[in-house]
Amino acid sequence: MSLANVWNVGTEHYLALSLLLFGIGLFGVINRRNLITILMSIELMLNAVNLNLVAFSYQRGDLLGQVFTVFTITVAAGEAAVGLGILLAMFRLRQTTRVDSAQELEG
Amino acid sequence: MSFLAAHGGAILFYLFAGLALAGAVGVVTWKSPMNGALSLLVTFLAVAALFLLRHAGFVGIVQIFVYGGGIMVLFLFVIMLVNLNRLEASERVWRQTPWALLLSLLFAGVVGVVARANWAGVSTSGSAERLRTFGGEVVGNPQALAGDLFRNYLLPFEIASLFLLVAMIGAVVLGRRE
Repeated sequence: MSLANVWNVGTEHYLALSLLLFGIGLFGVINRRNLITILMSIELMLNAVNLNLVAFSYQRGDLLGQVFTVFTITVAAGEAAVGLGILLAMFRLRQTTRVDSAQELEG
Repeated sequence: MSFLAAHGGAILFYLFAGLALAGAVGVVTWKSPMNGALSLLVTFLAVAALFLLRHAGFVGIVQIFVYGGGIMVLFLFVIMLVNLNRLEASERVWRQTPWALLLSLLFAGVVGVVARANWAGVSTSGSAERLRTFGGEVVGNPQALAGDLFRNYLLPFEIASLFLLVAMIGAVVLGRRE
């Protein structure tokens, strides 16, 4: 990457940032056992996807990417509400939010 | 001064990109979920600023409202409700950590290499003008977005409202005491 590309921020810069954010979120989902942290990592991954959509929307001069981002944010809000509802139900049942405490189906 | 004028956008991008990455690393490394939630807030706000830098004004503000406001309050509320501080702190490093690191690095590496190989060298300059034009005249970005949303994507918009209703009912049913 030449020096001109460093100062001329383009779509690929956003794609690289988005890839890093998604990777960190993926790591959090696999590594952590706390259900709250796992949900927060999923939000990180959704944010990374939104970053891609907005970057391509700007590059193409097409509003469709931003429209899609609005829908993604809507779905993320619903996902957070239902996910935290599941978390509360699990906490009432087991007094813990660790996902490895749920092993009934492991056999 | 001319350096700032010429590279102001790039400096802002790197500033907010760094903040977003630092917040993301904080989310997955802090032991306490409360610290993780506050790191997540930093990432949300930095990503909102990055949206604004790409001329997505409406989406940036919605990001602050919905993520920085709604979702963050929901997370903090639940963390305080279940009072995780008295719960056992899950250790950061355990037997699954090397595999998690390997898998996420593998994923990022493969996607990065494939994207790099297929990147056709598309022009990095975008067109902000068309993002705030609707019906041939220049209006604001929210107005242009609303015109596009309500004319061309009205059915998905209505389905989204139905989805929110279902999610709300689901959250109420899940949160109800038996």
